[in-house]
Amino acid sequence: MSLFGFSFRPRRAKSAKTAKDRLQILLAHERSDGSAGPDYLPLLQADILAVIRKYMEIKEDEVDIQMERNDDVSSLEINIEIPSPGPDKSVASTPLRKRAGLG
Amino acid sequence: MTQLKDKAPLGKVIVITSGKGGVGKTTSAAAIAAALAKRDFKTVVIDFDVGLRNLDMIMGCERRVVFDFINVIQGEARLKQALIRDKRLDTLWILPTSQTRDKDALTKEGVEKVLNELKEQFDYIICDSPAGIERGAQLAMYFADEAVVVTNPEVSSVRDSDRVLGLLASKTKRAEDEGAEVKAQVLVTRLDQRRIDAGEMMTIDDVLEILAVPLLGVIPESTAVLRASNVGMPIVLDEPSAASRGYEAAVARLLGEEVDTQTERDKKPGFFSRLFGAPA
Ligand SMILES: Nc1ncnc2c1ncn2[C@@H]1O[C@H](COP(=O)(O)OP(=O)(O)OP(=O)(O)O)[C@@H](O)[C@H]1O
Ligand SMILES: [Mg+2]
Repeated sequence: MSLFGFSFRPRRAKSAKTAKDRLQILLAHERSDGSAGPDYLPLLQADILAVIRKYMEIKEDEVDIQMERNDDVSSLEINIEIPSPGPDKSVASTPLRKRAGLG
Repeated sequence: MTQLKDKAPLGKVIVITSGKGGVGKTTSAAAIAAALAKRDFKTVVIDFDVGLRNLDMIMGCERRVVFDFINVIQGEARLKQALIRDKRLDTLWILPTSQTRDKDALTKEGVEKVLNELKEQFDYIICDSPAGIERGAQLAMYFADEAVVVTNPEVSSVRDSDRVLGLLASKTKRAEDEGAEVKAQVLVTRLDQRRIDAGEMMTIDDVLEILAVPLLGVIPESTAVLRASNVGMPIVLDEPSAASRGYEAAVARLLGEEVDTQTERDKKPGFFSRLFGAPA
């Protein structure tokens, strides 16, 4: 973004702004994750699997976890393939939302 | 979907290393991986710089990291879960490293296990080494089939490259098991022709004479590199530049192609053509 709404070198101005935005989002997450660290994810995964296994049989390979960090909210999406008795496999999707800044 | 070839994947491991820090290893690893993926080789680029994760930023996937190389080594996640697929090229994947742990989290057995699993799925496995010649750098090179030694035309960088070439010839699995050397080639980066012309910077000839290994390519100092890193784009996927042409040519040579030196430089074709021998 330019202070004047225009710039003689828009491309260059834009890439520096992009760099700053990317860093601010990333560092906000890295700092807030702090001591909990991104390492809670393996534990979270194990816990979720344990809960689901109380009700049905699933394999570890059938769990897919995606993360998308944004400036206000991040989304953590956990997809677990559940073997169904029918010919088709059904997929249960459990999108968990966490507010940025909570670690 | 990935265009999986009918034949088995090539499973070639290439380490991008240098000794000295900040010479352009991560930039080069991202560029080389993306250039290979553009040519339809299924490629993964791995960050070996544990604790100083940066490859994810250069590749533009820093917001999507969930699990990493260390989680996989320690059995906390499956390889499949830690691999991140590039959003631009469906043949390109990245295996990020941990930002919170240290180099001791890497074990030789763990690295070997992950690399073996990757070899079954990928044509090229590009390892972005940390700086230095300690544990992290040694593990990054240990299982390599080939090495790209990134060098700036500057005394400490060339000296460190020489040291790294020594390690590649002795402290790698190939050197230990088969008595065969890892094929090493030098990639000269951040070359500033004006300073060479002014006699302030060593020429490529000078560097090659000292290191006595084949030249893979020459990447000029270029403002396009900073721009690409700002936006998280491997340089060869961004707008064409002297640097991206340099990387494309280097990758062509990596694949054994004969490269018209005109493609990397518009000026002084004669100057470059005599530096590159016919590919082996
Ligand atoms: N050809 C080039 N022209 C201009 N700048 C470059 C070029 N290559 C690399 N750089 C810049 O040099 C800096 C270091 O690059 P990079 O991170 O790739 O080095 P590195 O060897 O991986 O560093 P480290 O040893 O810390 O891992 C970055 O700011 C990068 O943008
Ligand atoms: Mg690096």
